[in-house]
Amino acid sequence: MQLPKSLALSLYRTMVELREFELKAYEVFRSGKMPGFIHLYVGEEAVAAGVMAHLKKQDYVTSTHRGHGHALAKGIPAREVMAELMGVVGGCCGGRGGSMHLYEPAVGFLGTNGVVAPGIPIAAGAALSAKLRKSGQVAVCFFGDGAVNNGAFHEGINMAAAWDLPVVYVCENNMYATETPFAKATKNTNVASRAAAYNIPGVQIDGDDVMIVYEKAGEAIERARRGEGPTLIECLTYRFFGHHVGDPGTTYRSRDEIESWKARDPIVRLRRQALEEKLAGPNEFDEINEQVHAMIEDATTFALSSPQPAVETALNFVLT
Amino acid sequence: MAQTKIAEASANQAQPPERTISYVEAGVEALREEMQRDPTIFYIGQGIGPRGGNWQQTRGLCAEFGEERLRDTPISEVGQVGVGIGAAMAGSRPIVDIVFMDFMLETCGILIQQASTTYYVSNGKIKVPLLVRAAMGGVRSSGPHHSHTLYNFFVHIPGLEVVVPATPNDVKGLLKTAIRNDNPVLFLEHKGLYGTKGAVPAEEYLIPFGKAVVRRSGSDVTLVAVSLMVSRALEAAETLAKSGISVEVIDPRTVAPLDRGAILNSVAKTGRLAIVDEAYAACGFSAEVAALVAEEALDELDAPVRRICALPAPHAFSPSLDGHLRPTADKIVSAVSEMMKR
Repeated sequence: MQLPKSLALSLYRTMVELREFELKAYEVFRSGKMPGFIHLYVGEEAVAAGVMAHLKKQDYVTSTHRGHGHALAKGIPAREVMAELMGVVGGCCGGRGGSMHLYEPAVGFLGTNGVVAPGIPIAAGAALSAKLRKSGQVAVCFFGDGAVNNGAFHEGINMAAAWDLPVVYVCENNMYATETPFAKATKNTNVASRAAAYNIPGVQIDGDDVMIVYEKAGEAIERARRGEGPTLIECLTYRFFGHHVGDPGTTYRSRDEIESWKARDPIVRLRRQALEEKLAGPNEFDEINEQVHAMIEDATTFALSSPQPAVETALNFVLT
Repeated sequence: MAQTKIAEASANQAQPPERTISYVEAGVEALREEMQRDPTIFYIGQGIGPRGGNWQQTRGLCAEFGEERLRDTPISEVGQVGVGIGAAMAGSRPIVDIVFMDFMLETCGILIQQASTTYYVSNGKIKVPLLVRAAMGGVRSSGPHHSHTLYNFFVHIPGLEVVVPATPNDVKGLLKTAIRNDNPVLFLEHKGLYGTKGAVPAEEYLIPFGKAVVRRSGSDVTLVAVSLMVSRALEAAETLAKSGISVEVIDPRTVAPLDRGAILNSVAKTGRLAIVDEAYAACGFSAEVAALVAEEALDELDAPVRRICALPAPHAFSPSLDGHLRPTADKIVSAVSEMMKR
């Protein structure tokens, strides 16, 4: 696919933001200042960037435990995401949710999630609501290879297909469910092929090539908007870190394997391709890097200076 | 106030009813009124479309509102509730019918981990106005997979509201309130009550959650019961009256929220408390009511609290065993009579 310059730079900026954010979150977590657990999106940025570039503010997204990148790419400001990871009032959920419970209805973001697979029927439900309201909205559901062996995958996609719901299912297949290799968890490691079971289109793509993700996601989202139902997109990708910060990720993955996937780094690939095609000069990419770096520094300063919520609020919002 | 009028009408057996319909018809009427009023309401479940529901609980609604809003689903309880949650988050008012409460066990994860937590952890940004409807309780020896009254499980969870109506009047008024509620609500009818009839106003009315009703006034013993057990408690009260024992029957109608004041007021009057529950005793509604009175009104008690609950065994099929395991009016009479000897 031929790269338009503005699109290339825009996708690059998104991917760098997601990368910089995670590397900073890693640093803060390792310093001991961040509570809880975090799962880094590093290495998988092309998926969120390529898909989300097609979505409107009011479109819906459901996400996973590895969801900071989805939240940022859908439009939650980095300040609010970093603050939420810190459990402070400046967070998008006032610090009540944390990394695995990021919500922002203003941009249609229906949650990262601490449980694997419930986002699949939840996204179908948001899509059903949109269909009944004739709002033109679509829903995109992100999930990992771990989710496809859970019953909610079958129940959710089956219903979405039966009812031609405007939803796109995006599997980020990083080949490991926590530490269990996908090949040990299933006889059929081709996620896209499972689409046939629901009589919907399924496509397996290089999830580290942002332009391919952009192209295939665009087709699926347009199909959903036309009312023709769901598509299953399997993006082959890899997480450069372990499952969570604290897991080195090397007890069940070889160093050779990790290095081979790092050589496919989606950010490096896009930059190299754009430079080869002389779409932009190195200075334009460097400028984006500097801008994003400053923005993430600002977000971190904001998050580290925001207070935790007052205990008097602990029982707020249990019931309306 | 309409509420007071309804409570009096249902408590006063001598009053000739303006109109009598069944418990299941009252639910259909509530749904019809609400679906006419609010186009964001839709209803999904197994066999609730053209068939009108296994219990006839949606009879006629598909013809009126169409299959877009009365949508038959596959047998996918997790998916059904998940779809309901997503639609509720997106601004619809979904009703998810699980038909048998037993199959709500399949949905516990998504209901408890997603539906009940979202409003809280989103800092009040996302409401989940999801209504889950199911029928509970044993009828005609329905066996271990179709008899449960597991509402207690859900009362344990902050963020869920749980409704267990005993009369047609309450079904209509509480179901309408449940549909308009912005929280996840479980509306749990009793299979054995669907055919029962009672006075139900044709006009609109709402019954608020957390307001118990005194089904029978008395001065010696307070019996707390919900759903089908209300009629068992009233039957026992009638028998006990012949022995000169005056029983007050309190029906909380919603177990979350629970009308604690109504229970405490009654115990202050009678000095004795027994709880009748078709569910098991351990960590259940009966334990909660007993703990409430132990914490707040121990000095009012003239006798130890008694619980008449399902015996701790799976639901048996054989009518002899099934009947033995459940609370009966005879068991209630026996327990209350013992309390009065002290």
